[in-house]
Amino acid sequence: MAEPFLSIQQVQKSFGATTVVQDFNLDVEPGEFVSFLGPSGCGKTTVLRMVAGFEEPSAGKIVVAGKDITRLKPNQRNVGMVFQAYALFPNLTVAQNIGFGLKVAGMPKPDADRRVAEMLDLIKLPQMGDRYPYQLSGGQQQRIALARAIAPKPKLLLLDEPLSALDAKVRVSLREEIRSIQKKLGITTIFVTHDQEEALSISDRIAVMYGGKAEQVGTPFEIYNRPATKFVANFVGTLNVLEGTVTDAASGKVRVNSQEVSLKGKLNGSKSGDTLSLALRPEAISLGRHPGRDSSLSGEIAEVHFLGSVIRVRVGIGGSTVSLDTFNSPATPPPAVGEKAEISFSSGDMLVLH
Amino acid sequence: MKQGSRFWAWLVFGVGTAYFVLPLLATFEFSLRKRRGEYSFDAYRSLFEDPNFQTTFTYSVVVAVFTILLGVLLVVPTAYWIRLRLPNLRPLVEFITLLPLVIPAIVIVFGYIRMFGSNSTLPFLATARGTDVLLVIGYAVLALPYMYRAVDTGLRTIDVRTLTEAAQILGAGWTTIIARIILPNVLIAVLSGAFLSFAIVIGEFTMASLLNRPAFGPYLQNIGANSAYEPSALAIISFAITWGCMSLIQILSRFAPKSANRPN
Repeated sequence: MAEPFLSIQQVQKSFGATTVVQDFNLDVEPGEFVSFLGPSGCGKTTVLRMVAGFEEPSAGKIVVAGKDITRLKPNQRNVGMVFQAYALFPNLTVAQNIGFGLKVAGMPKPDADRRVAEMLDLIKLPQMGDRYPYQLSGGQQQRIALARAIAPKPKLLLLDEPLSALDAKVRVSLREEIRSIQKKLGITTIFVTHDQEEALSISDRIAVMYGGKAEQVGTPFEIYNRPATKFVANFVGTLNVLEGTVTDAASGKVRVNSQEVSLKGKLNGSKSGDTLSLALRPEAISLGRHPGRDSSLSGEIAEVHFLGSVIRVRVGIGGSTVSLDTFNSPATPPPAVGEKAEISFSSGDMLVLH
Repeated sequence: MKQGSRFWAWLVFGVGTAYFVLPLLATFEFSLRKRRGEYSFDAYRSLFEDPNFQTTFTYSVVVAVFTILLGVLLVVPTAYWIRLRLPNLRPLVEFITLLPLVIPAIVIVFGYIRMFGSNSTLPFLATARGTDVLLVIGYAVLALPYMYRAVDTGLRTIDVRTLTEAAQILGAGWTTIIARIILPNVLIAVLSGAFLSFAIVIGEFTMASLLNRPAFGPYLQNIGANSAYEPSALAIISFAITWGCMSLIQILSRFAPKSANRPN
């Protein structure tokens, strides 16, 4: 494996008696796009701020391109950052904002002007150079902030919830634009977000954080389909969790609300009588029996929500409720609340949470 | 009902206006009576021709400019740092900046005379230039409540922390951040404080008189004690200067950098 470009080693951060980040480790490859995903207060922004130099780790070290930057000041790190609140300088025009880092670095004016024009082209706002930030929309401001961050060609790009203040449509288009610019420039990027869809859609890898720790680091596919912990499974995507009791560990039999399902090969380390949390993604469940789905549970339709192309159905199974989505078909009316129903799934899709 | 409330509103407005404007009109009218039997600007002419008027006014303007410079150098970094790094100290700093309002200038100046006399370790009062410096320091203290509040209010309108961090990550040091980002964004607030300081310094009597400096305040007092019409003319001139300063604050505030959250 090649030398990581960014290496966060055993980093810890405490504010007084409160530890907000503990033993955080992460290696990021050159050009990789890694997201820190987690709920508010999980420490994701604190880790990012330690990489930026705005917070000093209480322990551990941060290495970029083989150089220990743990004690360097933010203005000595050659790192670009985009903030949630845009943070454009209100007294400077768009071009002056983008050129700020270049001017500070002492780049000759003709070169700086050329680089600013390049950046304006890159973010597709070539005519906006003379405008002031207050004359731009939120999405445009954040693109300018991105251009300002990458103009001085930083080693590392840090994005601190850059899409949170924008409306849904702009958020989607801007995240795609960020990803495409990042790929084009090949710049190693850390992206902080609490939005799982955002993280899943644009990251090479995701570090799911909880309680100041990285619960799991993996590709979006791994994080979604093979969550390592109960928290990751619950936080990423929608999940139906059913409580079950192992009735026969050897043959993989588990009782769920007085019905039996077979989970052969998934009960490693469990013994008969153990209680387990079993999880199923909505898309892994079908209404009625289907070929290729080896397990089923019976219940009663509890809720039906017509969402246009999709119908979300909630099926009560004993004391639990399972959500599943079915495609709307004009020929088949949706099920009625109170009807008996059977759901089927592949036991291989069932996640056993520890 | 609505008509009645409008009547009372106009009545209160009229009484208030009369309370402020009538004495001013009377003063102005009296200042024009120097020439017997007709209105004239003789009192103003004799003031403007008085070399003492020119000398003292120029002296006070120069002192005011240095006071403003000292105030800005003292207050902007302090208010910035308090907002950025020491927000817990804000109540204490606000209390300290309010002290000049409750400690009379005469107490401060007597303190200065005892502390900085010619026999002290810092003998400001031993020379005229040293006394000028002490006067500037004293005026900066007197103007502190106004300057600090104006700058602090200006800083409140911008996201100091994020702008600072954005500038830092782009490679800027503290001097660049304050000079190129913070100061331009609070410039109007600084100018408000500056004009208030100017208005205070131009009319101040106690400190200048007890430190025996040829300032405009003691000149105003001296004219008031020895002439009939000129004091009224001077009062009108002083009002004009103060109002001029206030108008400039209003005009300049239209040119304040606009933030995206506060476009108007």
